[in-house]
Amino acid sequence: MTELEAGRAQTLVPARSGAALQRYRDVLIALIAFAVLASLPLFTGSKALLDFVIRCSAYGLFATSLNLLVGYTGLTSFGHGMFFGLGAYSFGLIMQKLGVPIPVAFVATLAITAVVAAIIGAICVRLKEIYFAFVTLAFQMLIHSTILSWASFTGGDQGLRGGIPRPVFLGIDLSDHVHLYVTSCALLILGLLAMHQIAQSPFGYTLRMIRDNAARASFLGIDVWRAKLTVFVLAALFASMGGMVMALFVSGAYPEFAYWTISGEGIFINMLGGVSTFLGPMVGTVLLLLLNDTVTRFTEYHGIVLGVVILFFALGLRKGLLDFVADWLAQRRDAGEGR
Amino acid sequence: MTQTTSGLIIGMLLFLVAVGLTLIFGVLKVVNFSHGAFYMFGAYFAMTTYQLTESFALAMLAGAAGTAILGLVFERVFMSRVYGADVLMQLLVCYAFVLIFDDVVRIIWGPEFKAMGMPAAFQVMPLFIAGGVVPPYYLLLIGVALVAAIVLGLGLSRSRIGKVIRAAAHNPGMVSALGINTGLIYGGVFALGGMLAGLAGALAAPVRSLTPGMGFSVLIESFIVTVIGGMGSILGALIGALLLGLIRSFGSQGFPLFVEGLMYLFMVIVLVSKPTGLFGKEAA
Repeated sequence: MTELEAGRAQTLVPARSGAALQRYRDVLIALIAFAVLASLPLFTGSKALLDFVIRCSAYGLFATSLNLLVGYTGLTSFGHGMFFGLGAYSFGLIMQKLGVPIPVAFVATLAITAVVAAIIGAICVRLKEIYFAFVTLAFQMLIHSTILSWASFTGGDQGLRGGIPRPVFLGIDLSDHVHLYVTSCALLILGLLAMHQIAQSPFGYTLRMIRDNAARASFLGIDVWRAKLTVFVLAALFASMGGMVMALFVSGAYPEFAYWTISGEGIFINMLGGVSTFLGPMVGTVLLLLLNDTVTRFTEYHGIVLGVVILFFALGLRKGLLDFVADWLAQRRDAGEGR
Repeated sequence: MTQTTSGLIIGMLLFLVAVGLTLIFGVLKVVNFSHGAFYMFGAYFAMTTYQLTESFALAMLAGAAGTAILGLVFERVFMSRVYGADVLMQLLVCYAFVLIFDDVVRIIWGPEFKAMGMPAAFQVMPLFIAGGVVPPYYLLLIGVALVAAIVLGLGLSRSRIGKVIRAAAHNPGMVSALGINTGLIYGGVFALGGMLAGLAGALAAPVRSLTPGMGFSVLIESFIVTVIGGMGSILGALIGALLLGLIRSFGSQGFPLFVEGLMYLFMVIVLVSKPTGLFGKEAA
């Protein structure tokens, strides 16, 4: 067991009667979180703050979905960003070319993502560790170069320009900044809630078992390949959701959304926040975006600063921030019980 | 013929970078994600030395020696701390250095494109071989890479040091117990890998433009090479690099915009049919 895994082992399966209770509690927390986020525009007129939350929603969905693979299943995908880019591009293209209502484009994009992820996943998930990382990276770059070279359809290196039309649907007007803000908060909360349900479900515990000992899981009658493929597709769906939020926010899609650096940032966010807790990636997202915004304000060489921070986390703390907090709490509790 | 030679030189440069990558992976079991930075530094070191001394030989030497030292320091100070840690952790340390090194180059040499210029000694008439145009510099490049391949191949399989390195790759604990300083071997292998990448950068400096991000595209391509050839295999790196070089130069004729896509497609096809690569050993 590596250091990272050691911290995760302590999570216990909740008792069956507790499961329903847990679900109500999750929904309640989600509702409160949404209420707090959604009421933010009432208190502040700061467009920058709302923009920040929208970006956090996009990256948060993406990073948390990556954690389903990295943290829960032990699949280190280095190409998860392809689904972020795919979501942004499919959504933008559908809206531009077909002019359908937004929810239709949303569902259609999810369907496209599911099909693509199923095909790529079917090829990738049987590979081990580093090879899995490389092949996902290769697929990411394949999609990226397809976007670049299919210029007549995707706009090539200029990106999808001309804006994404946002017809009003049921009174929700996404060209209005506050409406867009509330919608992305809702998507974030819904996405997180759904992912948490997946993580806490029996299927989620199957994934943990595969991560810790795939051979054993296989002996117990679990179809490892199918479970891995399922989580690969599920994670892709949420990453694609993040991409759609991003496309709505910038009203376009750019090749960088599908570039490998998005995947690199996703991994980094996960490390920053910690992979042993569900909300770790969310914390990491906020940290990274804050860091990026502050650093770019002071220096044009933000690579150096970011690099040093990464080194501090990787070599100094050796775990994410939330892992650190969780361990510290656990230690304190143990010390308290010992007496 | 012109296509073939241009494919060959792309392949040879890639081989020099990829063989270092594969060597480091084979011995240290670490994927050096910052390997492209050594290529980049090699090119910049060579350019500066050439501008200062006007000597091509010194420029090559500076590129290779500078990156060897860099590799040694990088391995001893940073990478040696994350051996045995999660793969993610190693990738992150390297990722951090990709960011840092790119900015360091930007600070020292500036963000704009630079050119070293072809040394006067090679500014002669190109040769015409089998109906194709071949600049003499290309021959030197191919020659150097071939010599490096042969020396490495023979050195690892025949010499005593080569045997120790292979032993350390196989069972570092045992090698250490026999009184051999494995830390020194690890550092040495990393320095060697860095040196080869630096040499490739220095050799590429007269024919390519230099920019702070130049290491990354090379890194991705040399990854493809090592993965196609099989991680840890020198022969695999050679074959993979040549295949990729040829795909690049011929692909740019047929599908100018989808060259990169072709390479990734090729990698996917190889990996799906043989996950360990063409010359990779089954799960070590």
